[in-house]
Amino acid sequence: MEDIKQPENLVYKKSEVMTDKVLHYCPGCGHGTAHRLIAEVIEELGIQEKTIGIAPVGCSVLAYDYFNVDFQEAAHGRAPALATAISRLYEDHAVFTYQGDGDLAAIGTAETIHACNRGENIVIVFVNNGIYGMTGGQMAPTTLEGMKSSTSPYGRDLKMMGNPLKMTELVAQLPGTHYVTRQAVHKPGKARKAKKALKKAFQYQQEKKGTQVVEIVSNCNSGWKMTPNKANEWMEENMFPFYPLGDIKVPEEK
Amino acid sequence: MTEELIIAGFGGQGVLSMGKILAYSAMMQGKEVSWMPSYGPEMRGGTANVTVILSDDRISSPILDTFDTAIILNQQSMDKFEESVKPGGLLLYDGNGITRHPERKDINIYRVDATDEASKIGMAKVFNMIVLGAYVKLKELVKMDDVVEGLKKSLPKRYHHMIPDNEKAIHRGMEILQEIQKL
Amino acid sequence: MKKELRLMKGNEAVAEAAIRAGADGYFGYPITPQSEVMEHLMSEKPHERTGMVVLQAESEVAAINMVYGAAGAGKMAMTSSSSPGISLKQEGLSYIAGAELPCLVLNVVRGGPGLGTIQPGQSDYFQAVKGGGHGDYKLITLAPSSVQEMYDFVELGYELAFKYRNPVMLLSDGAIGQMMEKVELTEEKQRRSHEEVIKQCPWATTGKTPDRDHNVITSLELDATKQEQVNHKIQAKYKELEEKEVRFEELQCEDAEYLLIAYGTSARIAQKAVSQAREEGIKLGLLRPITLFPFPKKRLAELAGQVKGMLSVEMSAGQMIEDVKLAVNGKVPAEHFGRLGGIIPSGEEIIEAVRKNFIGG
Repeated sequence: MEDIKQPENLVYKKSEVMTDKVLHYCPGCGHGTAHRLIAEVIEELGIQEKTIGIAPVGCSVLAYDYFNVDFQEAAHGRAPALATAISRLYEDHAVFTYQGDGDLAAIGTAETIHACNRGENIVIVFVNNGIYGMTGGQMAPTTLEGMKSSTSPYGRDLKMMGNPLKMTELVAQLPGTHYVTRQAVHKPGKARKAKKALKKAFQYQQEKKGTQVVEIVSNCNSGWKMTPNKANEWMEENMFPFYPLGDIKVPEEK
Repeated sequence: MTEELIIAGFGGQGVLSMGKILAYSAMMQGKEVSWMPSYGPEMRGGTANVTVILSDDRISSPILDTFDTAIILNQQSMDKFEESVKPGGLLLYDGNGITRHPERKDINIYRVDATDEASKIGMAKVFNMIVLGAYVKLKELVKMDDVVEGLKKSLPKRYHHMIPDNEKAIHRGMEILQEIQKL
Repeated sequence: MKKELRLMKGNEAVAEAAIRAGADGYFGYPITPQSEVMEHLMSEKPHERTGMVVLQAESEVAAINMVYGAAGAGKMAMTSSSSPGISLKQEGLSYIAGAELPCLVLNVVRGGPGLGTIQPGQSDYFQAVKGGGHGDYKLITLAPSSVQEMYDFVELGYELAFKYRNPVMLLSDGAIGQMMEKVELTEEKQRRSHEEVIKQCPWATTGKTPDRDHNVITSLELDATKQEQVNHKIQAKYKELEEKEVRFEELQCEDAEYLLIAYGTSARIAQKAVSQAREEGIKLGLLRPITLFPFPKKRLAELAGQVKGMLSVEMSAGQMIEDVKLAVNGKVPAEHFGRLGGIIPSGEEIIEAVRKNFIGG
């Protein structure tokens, strides 16, 4: 075994920007991949020393344990407010938030919209899996019509519970956002694209271009009560038609 | 020496700024001062008043029920504050719009028709300075130089060109002051 | 050197003091009667003067969380509001206290509950000194009773906040916020450099350098045993504060037979009541707590052996009186006198309450 561990045989290496802490996420969850892509981007851009991350409340509340950069843990939904102050006080730093759908699109709606509208120079990574994972699978602002959750056990009834919110399309309308895109990480091809998008976002942030929003449509196999494979299939069949992948707002290249 | 006074009138008459100029002037002379306004929606066109205290000693309460001097600029304020003047104290008022003139027999009463004078000289904005002039003459607590200094300190720089007009108005107030009742 | 004197409103004094103390950021939301804080800051262009960041946030909730972010990054941050807005900030304050971060919060209290009145009140005492938000925590609470103290307590507040890594509240009221008095200004300090921030706050999220582990600011600890340790550590800090940082002022307490306890605007009225009462032959004294937490318990317990009665004078239905009663522990009659809803009591009313409660007749 030890013989095989040679540099020339190395095909994959954990990013230096990730700690050795074992991820607590469920097997098959997209958070781990999303974390890794962000860490790789930070490493490749050489900005580890000036990156400050803001963790949300939700499944990724402990994100600060996994990224080997300085991190703050915000109150539920308030990450963009923390990021606002930090990016204004550390103008050259790479400040990013990592938020779920409940955090960003429900309780933190005001903070999200106003940070985007002011054009705060931050990256917002928005992981949308249509459910509250950490609290046990309750309905989220992004839960699809008819989708079951513990607080919509017979499926989301739009008349009774209102409509799913397309937050990313919404913030793309605001003058402060610069690059807005929707990606996925459940397949290698998609993850590669997502990484490119994240890299662009961090580059634009470093060029002080304003608010960069990267949504990652993801799964929640335990909340959705499916196997990981089934969850990914369900996501492709149901989430992607409502939350289509691709760039939503693209800055004009010079 | 402690002088406790209230200036009361309509919002927009310059009640608060008159108090501020007076407080600043006294501060220039090394006095302790406090300026406590009524505040809130009532300021927008309703009644406004400010309590000003000038003293040689540390000021305890900035909020008062009775006053050495009341400067009264409308009827509502007359109804509200005439009774608050300490016996032997001073009531100075503008006769414009006053339907019930002061009735107390135990206080000094003076009148300055500043509203009429301001429109006569075509300078409505310096109305409050005419009143201030009358007060400065009556009480002689602050020196004219310090009043001008107070004006400079409390007016934004863009209004400093108006200081000569304000000075003129203060002198005019001193001239048109009428004695109604002196104890 | 000649001291720089200025006639200022309490609210303006806080703003000016923040710039001169070298504060890094102010984040606020307008509400009467404290809007002059942000108005003064904006008109002074502190971004040009010292590089201080001033931002009008979308809500009080956002504002306190901006403070949370800035404080976590080692910066001198502050916010201000009035009662209803301070209620909204409680979530953030709990996080800031839980994460042990320094910051300054000004409450220019108005009468409540609810939207209440915009006139001065002292009915947020419990909220300020007992924590206010969820969890076992306390704010260091300073109670200015003059415009000069509004100015001075900004720097004192920052000093205590950074020394103890704890949020500090300036508990003021509408009267002190709105009134103008003479203020002696201090010289403008330079804001700390990046290196100085790192030196003073090695725990802050200033950017992970190769020589240290990544810094994490959080109030979360899922392991209950560890969370209990966190709580014990915080409680030890409060104990230390009670031993070392109690501040108060006494007025004619030496021979007092009856004692008023009052802070802020009430203390100003009480001061007048003391001199009036003495003219009437009542030996009245005043103890003015400057720190409401830590509360001057020991001194009150001592005075309990001297006076015949204590009257807590507050613009509330009786909040500080509970701390007075705890301090004197039944050794002396302690009563409350207050006016509610934005009414400021008069000196006569206070003396009347002393007579009624302790002297009789």
